[in-house]
Amino acid sequence: MKTWSARWLTQNRGFAGAILLFLALYITYNFMHPRGFSTAVLVQNSNESVAIAFVAMAQTIPVLMGGLDLSVGAVMTLTSCIASELVNGSPAQMLLGMFLTLLSGAAFGAMNGVIVVYGRIQPIIATLATGAIAIGLALLVRPKPGGDVDGDLNWALTNTVWDFVDTYGGNPDAGWLAPFANIPVPLIILFGVPLLVWLPFRRSVTGRTIYAIGSAEGAAYMSGLPINRAKIAAFTLAGFFAACGGLYLAIQTSSGNADTVQAGTYTLNSIAAVVLGGTALMGGIGGAIGSLVGALILRVISFYFRILDIDPLLQPLIEGVVLLIAVSFGAFRTLRVKNRLELFR
Amino acid sequence: MNRISDANKPIVIASVFVLVILLLGTGYTLATQGTMPLFQPKYLLQQLQTGAFLGICAAGMMMVILLGHIDLSIPWTLTAAAMMASTIGGPWAIPTALAVGLLVGLFNGLGVAYLRIPSMIFTLGVDTVLRGLMVAHTGGFSPKDEATPLMLYLAKGTLLGIPVAIFVWAAVSVVIAGILAKTGFGRSVYATGTREGAAYLSGIRTRRVIIGAFVTSSLCAAIAGVLLAGYSAKAYQGMGNAFLLPSIAAVVLGGTHILGGRGRYVGTLVGVILIVLLNSVLSIMQMPEAYRQIIYGAVIIGMLLVYGRNARITS
Amino acid sequence: MTKMTPHVALNGVSKYFAGIRALENVDFACNRGTVHAILGENGAGKSTLIKIMAGVLEPSSGEMRLDGTKVEFLSPSQATAAGIVCIFQELSLIPDLTVADNIMIERPPRRFGLIDRRAQRARAEELLARIRCEDVDPDGLVRDLSLSRRQMVEIAKAIGKKPSVLILDEATSALTSRDVQTVYDLLGDLKKENVASLFISHRMHEVDALCDTLSVFRNGMHIETFAKGERTEKEIVRLMIGRDVEAQFPPKPPRKETKPLLEVKNLEWENRLKGIDLNIGEGEILGLGGLDGQGQKELLLALFGVLRGVTGEVKFGGKPGLPGSPAAAKKAETRVALIPEDRKTEGLMLSMPIADNLLAASFADISTGPFIDPQKARTAIKRGIETLQIKSGSTSDAVSTLSGGNQQKVVIAKWLLVSPSVILMNDPTRGIDVGTKQEIYRLMRQLADDGKAILFYSSDYAELIGCSDRVSVLYDGRVVRELEGDDINEESIVSASLNIGERAA
Repeated sequence: MKTWSARWLTQNRGFAGAILLFLALYITYNFMHPRGFSTAVLVQNSNESVAIAFVAMAQTIPVLMGGLDLSVGAVMTLTSCIASELVNGSPAQMLLGMFLTLLSGAAFGAMNGVIVVYGRIQPIIATLATGAIAIGLALLVRPKPGGDVDGDLNWALTNTVWDFVDTYGGNPDAGWLAPFANIPVPLIILFGVPLLVWLPFRRSVTGRTIYAIGSAEGAAYMSGLPINRAKIAAFTLAGFFAACGGLYLAIQTSSGNADTVQAGTYTLNSIAAVVLGGTALMGGIGGAIGSLVGALILRVISFYFRILDIDPLLQPLIEGVVLLIAVSFGAFRTLRVKNRLELFR
Repeated sequence: MNRISDANKPIVIASVFVLVILLLGTGYTLATQGTMPLFQPKYLLQQLQTGAFLGICAAGMMMVILLGHIDLSIPWTLTAAAMMASTIGGPWAIPTALAVGLLVGLFNGLGVAYLRIPSMIFTLGVDTVLRGLMVAHTGGFSPKDEATPLMLYLAKGTLLGIPVAIFVWAAVSVVIAGILAKTGFGRSVYATGTREGAAYLSGIRTRRVIIGAFVTSSLCAAIAGVLLAGYSAKAYQGMGNAFLLPSIAAVVLGGTHILGGRGRYVGTLVGVILIVLLNSVLSIMQMPEAYRQIIYGAVIIGMLLVYGRNARITS
Repeated sequence: MTKMTPHVALNGVSKYFAGIRALENVDFACNRGTVHAILGENGAGKSTLIKIMAGVLEPSSGEMRLDGTKVEFLSPSQATAAGIVCIFQELSLIPDLTVADNIMIERPPRRFGLIDRRAQRARAEELLARIRCEDVDPDGLVRDLSLSRRQMVEIAKAIGKKPSVLILDEATSALTSRDVQTVYDLLGDLKKENVASLFISHRMHEVDALCDTLSVFRNGMHIETFAKGERTEKEIVRLMIGRDVEAQFPPKPPRKETKPLLEVKNLEWENRLKGIDLNIGEGEILGLGGLDGQGQKELLLALFGVLRGVTGEVKFGGKPGLPGSPAAAKKAETRVALIPEDRKTEGLMLSMPIADNLLAASFADISTGPFIDPQKARTAIKRGIETLQIKSGSTSDAVSTLSGGNQQKVVIAKWLLVSPSVILMNDPTRGIDVGTKQEIYRLMRQLADDGKAILFYSSDYAELIGCSDRVSVLYDGRVVRELEGDDINEESIVSASLNIGERAA
């Protein structure tokens, strides 16, 4: 019997490759950075990665099912606008605001799911349309960029644990805190939410059904799995993750902006991150954590432009080339197919 | 209800909806301004002139969607063609744009047909690469070069009182409709999109068909780029962004199935007109952008629900 | 055996597919604590029977009773809940999930609402151990397993549901001999546990070794049920074949030596074709016999240029070399056509018009430049429709509106428009009505008389006998017998297919 790690590696080749690539890129980056391996750099980098990472995780779930959600970027924009209105006032009000923000994202996702399941419209087209609706709603909530997200909250959530405790009146120098004090809060959010939401979901019957649908929908039906429920849940969860991204973006920038171009860019980048993270566009293989790493890779590439004296204008070019090379790796399998009819399935 | 074939139902519904838009819009203008611009030829022609850019993109997009694929590289193919055309300038401007389209299309087609990478992600990557190339080429600003006189004429000139752009759109339409209905290649596109395995076993070279469709799509984007650069007198960053999603929407509203194999070019034409008129009525009504987007999305969902209902009853 | 209410009983069950009979007024019963074999040729209705029992299909008429109570299953999960579990030939495993996930997919053990992976793994290990598959890693993906291991996982999944009726549809076809022995032992254990096992197999010795009751089906009808030992192997084969030959075949012309059009020597591909030798001359019909899945389909695909990595010597019309693709096959000097196995997914573009389907292989021939010549197209469509006598309203209707027989005619007509010299046919009459079948038989003979070479596989023995000038029987990727003239009879084909030597012949 294979060892645990060897088996994990063969079953998660794409994911493992993504982690290695990320580590190689990020460690090299820190060596090259004049203030590499410092808390300040880590805090800044984490802040810039949270929103895209959440949107990438959101995209993963419909993709695992063999679908696609073109509205994730728009839902992120919508929820960041909602958050920019609601997340202020007393701590209780702020918490309520955050809750409502996340709820609206999940509700929007659930609507996508219902349209796909009961309206029998292909996910890509349905979410193309609902994406427009989300942007419209975002413009209604926030016709002009702006908003007043609580300043303390902004400071507390975009810096280290030390600053968080300091902001909310704790003793940041307490002994028990010392091991954690330098960890950036965004990093905790970035890994905490999927740990609390995605991993349990993956182990539920509904989560497993999503994988089964993407892998072999017919066999999933024959095995009596709850297909409709799983599809709606998948889009709902996508909406929730997109809302996490939106909420953080609003807190980080202290404002909201119903920017159509930004929404489109986030959606497209999310697809790229999903593929880089080892999730198959045909469904069935992969996971949200992979996409998180995929998103981090995209971000690290952009960090390089700052420290190397490369023209930042070349950034999209390099990103595109990396993406094309990454997806071309998967193509070698098709070149080995012996029965050409299998190519068409 | 009259017997209308399944393929034509969406076209008929979309056409009825176009009429509804015209009537509602006219009702609004009569009530508020006492005029009816939507029935004035001049106004309509002006709308169609701006609609030509979308119409040409949608024509190319349709070829790819008929195969069950998608071309997300349209925005920057369009922009790259326009920028290269204005950079080269002179008599070679338009051939350069077409060459850009041809190259991008071949590259997309090779990736999708031979490497069998999902078109969704491959064309997305190509779009990003093109953006990178163009940003690097222009330094991130709108290029200084101006569109050539021929480009200006094609986009803004008039012939017999009708904008030349509409003639270009009509010519592209005739070519695409002709390809789809009258050539072996066109029928092979439908066959491949319906079931690639069966088409392959019928001795259709499906990989060449896929490449051909992607080339057509990129060429159409290049033509739209030439026109748009002429219309604005120059190429500019992000000029293609506004065309990707509407062109997909127009194709689907026209009754082409997003998974391929079914759809008529007339439908795409109606789909484009629907979107163009919807936009112009909404701007006459001075509808805020927010409501526009919501109406836009709701119309797509609503119409597809209507189409879908039909499909279920007849199946 | 005492006279009591049978555990499962079917009364007067019939099933029709688009007007075609698959089961006719079947009464069938099976009891707990038995191993019950169901025998019959391909297409005798065995699969339909078990699909009805397992809730995949609903009967067109008739009823099913479980311990005397009437039951109706609308889905496989309802049948499972009632204790009827079926192991299908087409596997119902999900490739990207682990073995343990698959085994426990319907009712995984849960803790705090989440799947308890440790308990699930333990249970899966237990079930795998029971069928002596300790070598299968419960945490490995099904995708990475060989076909025979998957089949064993499928069996573990089935017994994990604690069935009272276990149906095995050719469940041993892909297994190694060690696994087969395991399944035998398992069936013995289940018998002691008072489970009813229904067993479908084409291997006579297997039936002999395992089963205590046998039922023979033919042409959708239940012919006879008897206890083991009441009939000899030879009698059973007779019952399966039946005495009445229902189809009329055109007379065969006397055999004469003709110029060979297709010569194949030592053709190998992966581990499905293991050195095939055959040749066909002009005007000859060569039948491929054998059970399903012995390499017939792969042989035809290889000759049509679909498979990569085929080795061996092949000559078409004396010229060596295989075509590189179907497109090349139809354009070669010796034109080759293939009527594929599954007309719905491989032969036709179902939602497209009849006309387009007819022309799909000959766009190049009817075009001038890039444009299709409407006159030539019309002529070609007319010729296709007339040659095959396709009954259709308008050629612009979708081909899916036609009956199965007429759909198959469209596939054949499409290829005749190319004027091929070598015609490969994979079960060309599967699932079509008798009248159309006879038309196709006549057409095949006529094509042969016109000098074409036909290589065809059929799962229907009567058809092989009635149509073929010669028959090559395949078993495990090799030609095990070549039959000619009077040697082409049911006994010899059946026994060669079962690879039981010439004993039963």
